Amino acid sequence: MLAVKEYEAMLEAYGKAGGNLDALKSKEVGNLVIHKNKVLSVKEADGIKVETEETESGVNIYFLVKEGAKIKYPVHLCFGVLPEEGLQEIILRVEAQDNSEVNVIAHCIFPNAVDVIHKMDAAIKIGDNAKFSYHETHYHGEFGGVKVIPKARIEVGRKGVWESTFSLIQGCVGMLDYDFEIFGDEKSINELMVKVFGKKEDDINIVEKIHLNGQGARGLAKSRLVLNDNARAMVRGETYGNAPFARGHVDCIEIVNGDGVAARAIPLVYVNDKQAKVTHEAAIGSIDKKQMQTLMARGLNEEEAVDVIVKGILR
Amino acid sequence: MLEIKHLKLTLNGKPLINELNLEVKEGKIHGLLGVNGAGKTSLANLIMGTSYPDEGSIILEGRDITRFTISQRAKMGITLAWQEPARFEGLSIREYLGLNRNLSLSEAEKYLWTVGLPPGEYLNRAVDGSLSGGERKRVELASVLAMKPKVAILDEPDSGIDVVSLPHIMNGIVEMGKRGSAVLLITHNEGAVSVSEEVSIICAGKIINSGPPQEMCHWFKNNCQTCPHIGEPDYKGV
Repeated sequence: MLAVKEYEAMLEAYGKAGGNLDALKSKEVGNLVIHKNKVLSVKEADGIKVETEETESGVNIYFLVKEGAKIKYPVHLCFGVLPEEGLQEIILRVEAQDNSEVNVIAHCIFPNAVDVIHKMDAAIKIGDNAKFSYHETHYHGEFGGVKVIPKARIEVGRKGVWESTFSLIQGCVGMLDYDFEIFGDEKSINELMVKVFGKKEDDINIVEKIHLNGQGARGLAKSRLVLNDNARAMVRGETYGNAPFARGHVDCIEIVNGDGVAARAIPLVYVNDKQAKVTHEAAIGSIDKKQMQTLMARGLNEEEAVDVIVKGILR
Repeated sequence: MLEIKHLKLTLNGKPLINELNLEVKEGKIHGLLGVNGAGKTSLANLIMGTSYPDEGSIILEGRDITRFTISQRAKMGITLAWQEPARFEGLSIREYLGLNRNLSLSEAEKYLWTVGLPPGEYLNRAVDGSLSGGERKRVELASVLAMKPKVAILDEPDSGIDVVSLPHIMNGIVEMGKRGSAVLLITHNEGAVSVSEEVSIICAGKIINSGPPQEMCHWFKNNCQTCPHIGEPDYKGV
């Protein structure tokens, strides 16, 4: 496929997946578009430096937010594999220098996948007083032939902020092996959120780990899953309170809505400082009867009520 | 509008509702007073269809709806504001008010103002655990108002409400009656039924007295607050 055609095809798929095409075309907005192992577009916004290197199976990326830079518009990333088969390995190194601020919106697109592997291995460093928001949305086809393996190790500096969401609610998941681990320094804020809608034969494995290493660091490991048909899921939320006044919480809800589903949740809270506090809540079960009755008493039928509840949880 | 005839419900051999008869008229607020355990919430559930009676019938505008589902009843114009309303993650108050119908922004704002919630602060908030108990109850009432029901069953809308929220709740209930709804106002607080046109007193699953609010409140104070009959299956009433 010619690069121009690939780019156009990616843009089309990106638009269908809910991506903001105007943002991708704007001169003021930073972006990075990668199809398989080809870099189709790189645009650096003021205060951002992006270096890429194509490899045999993917792309190595260095993403820098310069010291003190407050990036006005969200930076848009678009990764994908459009054919039915393919491998994409993204090695990502991110550095957000002190006092910087950026919001990154990523779309990962595999609309035709029958046998596709998408791997991301990220090493992310958030500087002191820097803020990094990362929101990744996946768009998969209905075949379920995708293996998604995102792994990230994130270090958050003093008073730094990391907040991320990983959302996979369109199409079939396929196989997901999500593993994010954060190390938060003094007074840092560390938040991980995963939302997944599993169906058919989807196999979902989620690990969220937060190490609250600095005094007053705060963390939240949150996950919301809805499982239909024969989908299986395992969620492991771990939070470690290792410093005075560290505060952490693990919050997992899995709704099982199919006869063949299997859902597991293992929250782990660990405190080794007497002034730290970490809490957890995990709930696995069918859709709440009271919620259903309430919506039905407003005139929705059973199917509509389920839809409202599921969409709300995954929003 | 709504007639309940000879309704009976037993649980593990114990009658929760026992030969209960009641009529709620169009555009009227009918207070239902009773102490804890008298059968108020059981009756609310039977009218809404979250449970079904063993005997008796529920008639809406001449049609027997006793075996209808919750959704069918709601589509016919019955709704219920629960004593402890459910909370919904990710569902905004505006969406909640507009469930299953096109509700304009100005309408949504109007209903929130009616229950004393400034729309600017509340429309986009989620109907989740971030709302206080009083806020949630006011949202519940606003959502019932938004539905423009023929029959609104309000299960203890005043319980657990602070003194600031209470007048707004009562305002919402009065508004419902003015708009033509038949309102069944269920409470154990005799002060709350002052907005009613008629009050019935429920005890051990049956209506034991009915009449004007002032008279019934007086009767309730004198006879029910130290009632020895609560929960007695063979209690025949006064």
